[in-house]
Amino acid sequence: MIETSAAGQPDPSHGGDSGVSMASLDPVVAFDDVSISFDGPPVLQNVSFSVAPGETRILLGPAGVGKSVLLKLINGLLRPDHGSIRLFGQEIGTMREEQLFPLRTRTGMVFQEGALFDSLTVRDNVAYQLIQEGIPDAEIDQRVRDALRFVQLEQTFDFYPADISGGMRRRVAIARALIRQPAFILYDSPTGGLDPITSTTIIELVMKQRDVYHTPSILVTHRLQDAFTLCTHRFDEALGRMVELPTGETDQKTTFLMLEEGRLIFDGSIHDLIHTDNAFVREFLE
Amino acid sequence: MDPIERTAKNIVLTVQDFTLFAQRAVLNLFRPPRYWTDFLIQCNIIGVGSTAIVLLSGFFTGGVLALQSAATLSEFGATAVTGRFVSLTMIRELGPVLTGIMVAGRNASSMASELGSMVVTEQIDAMRALGVDPMRKLVTPRLFACISMLFFLTILADAFGIAGGGFVTVVMNHQNGTQYFSMAWEHLRYPDIVQGLVKPLVSGFIIASVGCFYGMRTTGGTEGVGRSTIDAVVFSSVIIIFADFLMTQVLLTLFPPI
Repeated sequence: MIETSAAGQPDPSHGGDSGVSMASLDPVVAFDDVSISFDGPPVLQNVSFSVAPGETRILLGPAGVGKSVLLKLINGLLRPDHGSIRLFGQEIGTMREEQLFPLRTRTGMVFQEGALFDSLTVRDNVAYQLIQEGIPDAEIDQRVRDALRFVQLEQTFDFYPADISGGMRRRVAIARALIRQPAFILYDSPTGGLDPITSTTIIELVMKQRDVYHTPSILVTHRLQDAFTLCTHRFDEALGRMVELPTGETDQKTTFLMLEEGRLIFDGSIHDLIHTDNAFVREFLE
Repeated sequence: MDPIERTAKNIVLTVQDFTLFAQRAVLNLFRPPRYWTDFLIQCNIIGVGSTAIVLLSGFFTGGVLALQSAATLSEFGATAVTGRFVSLTMIRELGPVLTGIMVAGRNASSMASELGSMVVTEQIDAMRALGVDPMRKLVTPRLFACISMLFFLTILADAFGIAGGGFVTVVMNHQNGTQYFSMAWEHLRYPDIVQGLVKPLVSGFIIASVGCFYGMRTTGGTEGVGRSTIDAVVFSSVIIIFADFLMTQVLLTLFPPI
């Protein structure tokens, strides 16, 4: 296996205000024995894993096993009943909501259905954080155009979310999550319910962010095809598209997690995933 | 846990949640960031948007009061005090309560449905994930806009109620308009005005806090949004009338009638 390298230069449109050194060896996120329930059986039970700088973790599992809940725990949108969650080295499980806001501005999150603000234009959706920070309009417009160009949707600048397709909304949501060049990205089923061509476009964007900016991320999906594409391809900046890695090679920094009924049953590379003896994983793969 | 115990616990928990929610919404005004643009937008939606219904309901309520009171007062040969009766009733009671209920029907429902829709489509979570506090951005501007706008809307409702009473008195009852308006004005005391202007402040707080509270705790998709909207209108209307009853008791103790 090889580790892909990225030749891209940081885009000046991205502020680079992540505040997290990629050279740091500390994990970006570390879960330790985390459990949570909502008036019933536990949704997540004793989950432990970590995400290293530059690492992309693909979270697999059938619907309803707690994948979205896990992402919301990472961002402090939900609180664990038990266990410790460290984000950028800080314990967030016990933080007050006000203390979490600065951390969240360093984390980009793409929601399952995009979660765009339907009363705002695409420009205002993508610029939401920048508008709150009081950045001048001219600079906002420029940065929004750059972010929309990244997802190939410059023409939607003045549109409302209702005026664009589902796939476009997901791409706008990705632009919104990336505009401040976050130090860590959470993708919640960004390709769920989309056609194969649009899904591939979105996976290519995820790959571009991974290979050009080396941003660590967690991608939730139940589409194995997307997961394997991320492992077996890299983004070629010169060509402006993803290219397949030579046969037998996979992206070393893209690894897998798998949930079953709230428990983490797999944590490893694509090689380990394919050769695992776990019956549930095998059934899921087949 | 038996059903009665569960219901009792749910009521106590809801009251506790509401108290904490309202406390946070109020205290946010004293800590940055403050969203003045959102406050002005909400003032426009609540204040300007509700003006027509408040003026119309005020005008016709004053007219009905004049019709009913004149019929009764004529039995005692006291139709001359119609103006006093209408103005005192409008300013002390009907103006604030009616305006509160009209605005509750229009705005508590819109707050609950708008925020509820945002909750079920994960827009509230998205806002939090983008580092913006929905309580500060969405709830606090609505709360203070509703309080301040209800104050002015009540004054308008009072004025149009008295005008409606005057219209009925002059045009339909063929009485003296000067007498009506002089009776309406001369017997008005400061405590009456204080009573009439304290109530809308409390009603505004009730409408926005209840509307936003039910909106923000919406669960269960679009059906849940509908449920939250109904709860917001029902509870805010009932609480406004109950609060009016309590306030009237207190204010009558503080400012006893002469």
